[in-house]
Amino acid sequence: MFELSDAALTALWITLKLATVSTLALLVLATPLAWWLAHTRWRGKVVIEALVALPLVMPPTVIGFYLLVLLGPRGWVGGFLESIGVGHLAFSFTGIVIGSMLFSVPFVVQPLQNAFAGASGRVLEVAATLRASPLDRFFSVTLPLSRRGFLTAGVLSFAHSLGEFGMILMIGGNIPGRTQVASISIYNYVETMNYSAAHSLSLVLVLSSFTLLMMVFALNRRFKVVGVA
Amino acid sequence: MTLQLDFNVDRGSFGLEARLSLPSSGVTALFGRSGSGKTTLLRCIAGLERHPGHLSFQGEEWQSSRHCVPTHRRPLGYVFQEASLFPHLRVAQNLAYGFKRIPHQQRRIEWDEVVQLLGLEHLLARYPDEISGGQRQRVSLGRALLTSPHLLLMDEPLASLDATSKEEILPFLERLRDELELPIIYVSHSMEEVIRLADHMVLLDAGKVVAQGSLQALLTARELPFVRTETSSTVLDARVTNPEAEDGLTELEVAGQPLLVTRHSAPRGQQVRVRIMARDVGLALFPPEGISFLNCLRVTLLDSQPGVVPSQLLLRLALGEQVMLSRISRRSATHLQLQPGQTLYALIKGAALN
Repeated sequence: MFELSDAALTALWITLKLATVSTLALLVLATPLAWWLAHTRWRGKVVIEALVALPLVMPPTVIGFYLLVLLGPRGWVGGFLESIGVGHLAFSFTGIVIGSMLFSVPFVVQPLQNAFAGASGRVLEVAATLRASPLDRFFSVTLPLSRRGFLTAGVLSFAHSLGEFGMILMIGGNIPGRTQVASISIYNYVETMNYSAAHSLSLVLVLSSFTLLMMVFALNRRFKVVGVA
Repeated sequence: MTLQLDFNVDRGSFGLEARLSLPSSGVTALFGRSGSGKTTLLRCIAGLERHPGHLSFQGEEWQSSRHCVPTHRRPLGYVFQEASLFPHLRVAQNLAYGFKRIPHQQRRIEWDEVVQLLGLEHLLARYPDEISGGQRQRVSLGRALLTSPHLLLMDEPLASLDATSKEEILPFLERLRDELELPIIYVSHSMEEVIRLADHMVLLDAGKVVAQGSLQALLTARELPFVRTETSSTVLDARVTNPEAEDGLTELEVAGQPLLVTRHSAPRGQQVRVRIMARDVGLALFPPEGISFLNCLRVTLLDSQPGVVPSQLLLRLALGEQVMLSRISRRSATHLQLQPGQTLYALIKGAALN
């Protein structure tokens, strides 16, 4: 029977929080990178592009492992944070947010890069002849023309974070109430032969992902009406 | 002279060398074939392309070896070949884009003025993809004008339009030239447009300035190719003396002589331009009588040269300070024993006001 225990709800809540926080932070940070990639003529750009795409082909556990090493108490980042009294990031919520962001980089950067490349050239020249400064042009022309790119990027990153397992297990561990997300809970339920709890939680994930994607397709259609002529 | 420029563009296969002084009023046409460097030159003036060079406008330095004023700080308007409206904004918002970025005290061209001049009232609430190509180009022209530019640059604004849309826009451009005191640089490869709009002309070929001067001077210059085309013609400066002459005509005065054209709305005293094709001008040694030609102007023969086909000659005729062209058969010229300096009577079959 469909039933969600308190523990399952907590795991869902952490999952939701993780997906939201990492998506928003990633959108902000990836925008300048995508802009730069869309406009630079630097030949070494392919190196950066390959790096951006790397999470697509790497096993999540590998990313998780390196992050654990890096962010843990003896890693460069974790060690530095320890030394200034902040504390390392292994097995913390911040740790899994960072992991999630890194993991979704290609899903955000590529749609944004395409959107920025499409919303450049002539329209930006026109805006310049109409007295708009570079920053003004970005906010008044590039951003509005790239909104479909932002929507795609946001949703892909969000949906991707909802289902991540291996990477989070590595860097976050399996701490209920802190780093135990829905996918890990499901794994735990299966391990303990609690199939009905695993079913319930799985069903929630399937339905929410489906609803999310459906919303995107609906919104995309609406934007198209006003879209790029 | 208001715009001084000196550019040296080297892009491998393509080079542009231009050193020019352009006048502070009227329409200057940058004329030449595709690939002659017209658009590149215009983009250099706008600052959309950076190449080594020097540029100053009304005494203000826009580009030198030391600095370069970015496009958005130059008080210019630019009309691109394709209207390039912002697709996410309605017509009214497109028009407002530049307008709202100009401080109130710097606005010399007002909203209503432009909307009325270009007939945009009924389009304001539409999106760019809901209006026709000609309408889009009108909006893009209005959008540029609403920044109250001190210099208007137009890059073949009619080239991507069909004949109907062209006819829809040309009258607006003429009104713009006549009603706003705004220097315009107009890139074109269409002689028709240049003749209708331009006062001055810069002729470019393969990245070099071949000639520059008044439209009439270039159209009638012996060494330039214009006199050797099938449609070679001249434009004469005239003044309206009687707008409502009898029989549906308008009377003009050219170099002290009367010239009748089809009725035109220009008021008495207005300076107008008349286009006369070389093939529409015949010659007589004495003022003829009993012929159907309405106009007969006393002119002096300057010189002659071979026409487009071997049987023809092209003659240049002085009318006061002005020069007009006549194309006649070689046989007639021999028959009349024409000599430079001779006084002749030019019979004009058709004269079009523009």
